[in-house]
Amino acid sequence: MSIWEYANPKKFIATTAPVIPWAFGGALLCLGVGLVWGFFLTPVADKFGSTVKIIYLHVPSAMIAINAWIMMLVASLVWLIRRHHVSALAAKAAAPVGMTMTLIALWTGAVWGQPMWGTWWAWDPRLTSFLILFLFYLGYVALWEAIPDPDQAADLTSVLCLVGSVFALLSRYAVNFWNQGLHQGATLSMDTEEHISDVYWLPLVICIGGFVLLFVALVLMRTGTEIRLRRLRALERQAQRVTA
Amino acid sequence: MKALLLRDLRLAVRAGGGFGLSLAFFLIVTVLVPFAVGPEAGTLSRIGPGVLWVGALLATLLSLDRQFALDHEDGALPLIATSPLPLEAVALIKAVAHWLTTGLPLTLAAAPLGILLNLDVRAFPWLVLTLALGTPALSVIGTFGAALTVGIRRGGLLLSLLVLPLYVPTLIFGAEAARRGAQGLDVATPLLMLGGITLGALALLPFAAGAVLRINLR
Repeated sequence: MSIWEYANPKKFIATTAPVIPWAFGGALLCLGVGLVWGFFLTPVADKFGSTVKIIYLHVPSAMIAINAWIMMLVASLVWLIRRHHVSALAAKAAAPVGMTMTLIALWTGAVWGQPMWGTWWAWDPRLTSFLILFLFYLGYVALWEAIPDPDQAADLTSVLCLVGSVFALLSRYAVNFWNQGLHQGATLSMDTEEHISDVYWLPLVICIGGFVLLFVALVLMRTGTEIRLRRLRALERQAQRVTA
Repeated sequence: MKALLLRDLRLAVRAGGGFGLSLAFFLIVTVLVPFAVGPEAGTLSRIGPGVLWVGALLATLLSLDRQFALDHEDGALPLIATSPLPLEAVALIKAVAHWLTTGLPLTLAAAPLGILLNLDVRAFPWLVLTLALGTPALSVIGTFGAALTVGIRRGGLLLSLLVLPLYVPTLIFGAEAARRGAQGLDVATPLLMLGGITLGALALLPFAAGAVLRINLR
């Protein structure tokens, strides 16, 4: 019994198919509870006013945006090293989800920034590095779309993901160096100075859990779709060969 | 290795190689900027180093898609790949040839173009130094991008989309060092980082480029 058994597409689908509705249900439940609790049942912060409540969308989506890229990096490595097709397809499936999350984080940040900083956009390090992350997602997805041969596409996008990760990290520090930030520090950290106050903490964690479940559900579903699509293409080719 | 380098240089310089093209592009971009932002001398000299950096970066980008695509079209690339030279070395040589025909002329052209933008006297040496340090990184990163998109029809646009985000750190440190130098501030940190990026890219990216070339030739 090892994790590599799930590299078998059939087993992957058989295992994940029952998980998907549960993940979606859990996401719905967590987001429902977390957002209602966060929006209506927490006090208004003295410095931020009611705008603080957008944090329940902003922080989870930003976390998923970064972690989706890390997941793609791991999946790309697995593909390059062990040549498991499911892994490459999972990376492909995660990219648009991560891209959307980056967009949500940027958008909610802009909506939050307008009343707080008086501007929709500032060239703050965190904002800028998220924009760069968005560009990386864009390039990655575009490369997948551009190459017809699936194995070649998987190889090339995997290498791009590895190189892109290094440069994304480098950009993060370059941007830090380039401009001082308006953005507050980490929302959730061990350092209690930076940490948000306890009233907001629990609904935020529930919302993060909801986003994680949503991400898992979407990626599993999209990976399953990709596997079936690939199967369908193989069958079509087979049918053509028979008729020819 | 030397033969390949000389061949690439010759191909780039001779007719149809597009050698002067990126220089002309650089000139035009620089000339367009004052039309867009207004002829005020103070503004131009303040944004000058950044404008020249962006111009050089875009000019570098312009000539990238020819790097492997031409060899791929006429079938030279598989021949080069079957030669005893490893593809990593091929990628490195291509990058060096690209820099010699693009990065180096751009660096040298940046100084006279600086006059057009009313650049401060102090800014000139820093501008040339940062471009000389940074353009090799642009060439190597671009070579990786070109190797990545070699098999794709009309890959030029995709190439820009893939390569431009990778250029961000180089641009930030290069333009920042040029700006600080122009204002007489301390330039050590961005300059060291810029050099570090160039050396790191030179050391590692030929391997990535070689790997993707091998995939594309499979």
